[in-house]
Amino acid sequence: MHDVWMIVVIALVTAGTRFLPFLLFGGKKKTPELITQLGKVLPCAIMGMLVVYCMKDVRPLQPPYGIPELLGCAAVALLHIWKRNSLLSIGVGTVFYMLLVQLVF
Amino acid sequence: MNKKALKTVFLDTVPVLTGYLFLGSGFGILLSESGYSVWWSLCMSVFVFAGSGQYLAVSLLSGGASLLSAAIATFLVNARHIFYGISLLDTYGSAGKKKPYLIFALTDETYSLVTQNQPPQGMSRHAYCFAVSLLDQIYWICGCVLGSLAGKYIPISFEGVEFVLTALFVTMFVDQWLTHKTHLPAIIGAASTALCLLLFGSEIFLIPSMVLIAVLLTVSLKTGRRDRHA
Repeated sequence: MHDVWMIVVIALVTAGTRFLPFLLFGGKKKTPELITQLGKVLPCAIMGMLVVYCMKDVRPLQPPYGIPELLGCAAVALLHIWKRNSLLSIGVGTVFYMLLVQLVF
Repeated sequence: MNKKALKTVFLDTVPVLTGYLFLGSGFGILLSESGYSVWWSLCMSVFVFAGSGQYLAVSLLSGGASLLSAAIATFLVNARHIFYGISLLDTYGSAGKKKPYLIFALTDETYSLVTQNQPPQGMSRHAYCFAVSLLDQIYWICGCVLGSLAGKYIPISFEGVEFVLTALFVTMFVDQWLTHKTHLPAIIGAASTALCLLLFGSEIFLIPSMVLIAVLLTVSLKTGRRDRHA
């Protein structure tokens, strides 16, 4: 039974983090100007945050020193700047990374 | 909804399909190795629907954590969702009947797709957001259930396939970088997170990162406005 409650708590807390801004600022009250302004610049900041977030388990001081992640990200970014085709950049970048971690490093 | 629009939505979500099938299976395998049946996997993918949150849940369940510590740990891992809501207050706030599900299903990947992509012609923004959210959750449920049922029997090595989601965020980062004149928010986001990761370690860095990002963005907005008025 403890396990069931655990899932309930995890589900509620997770949904809570998603609903919180709408509970605080949604509805009839006018959203503070600063929050509206922040909302406009946040998507760009969040993309930066998420890219770094994906690197959180990389250990730069231990072999392979984060080199596969660095090369993988560089491959995706360069291919994307060149061709601007998301599926191509993501597909080629992922296969490249898989080859690196399975065969090279 | 026409077929062409639907095809565009599907193609937009293909990277998430790949990532969620594999990450979901990974979760299903872990959960079944901890002794939980496929029903647990199904329930969690339907009612929790959070990648790193569910991975954390496996260790909380098998480690016999208390409800309070489970709540705190889950909050620390998922607090970044608060930012997503703040930047979607208008878009999701006006979504009517779709609003509760759209907010419930707001993962990193869904957030990236709905904020960085335009809906195809003939499709409203709300319908696009809803279709992306629902498809993404279906992929996730399939992954989790598949992993629980058949994970042990997959013979090929898919090591590294989780990079598909990193790659998705990198393309989104490049897209916003090329389409926005000012790069300060993107730099603030990446640099603050990197700094806090170094200072605080990978367990708790997200909360200080979010605080630092909010403070720096606020400062940049205020000074930017003053410059314009001067």
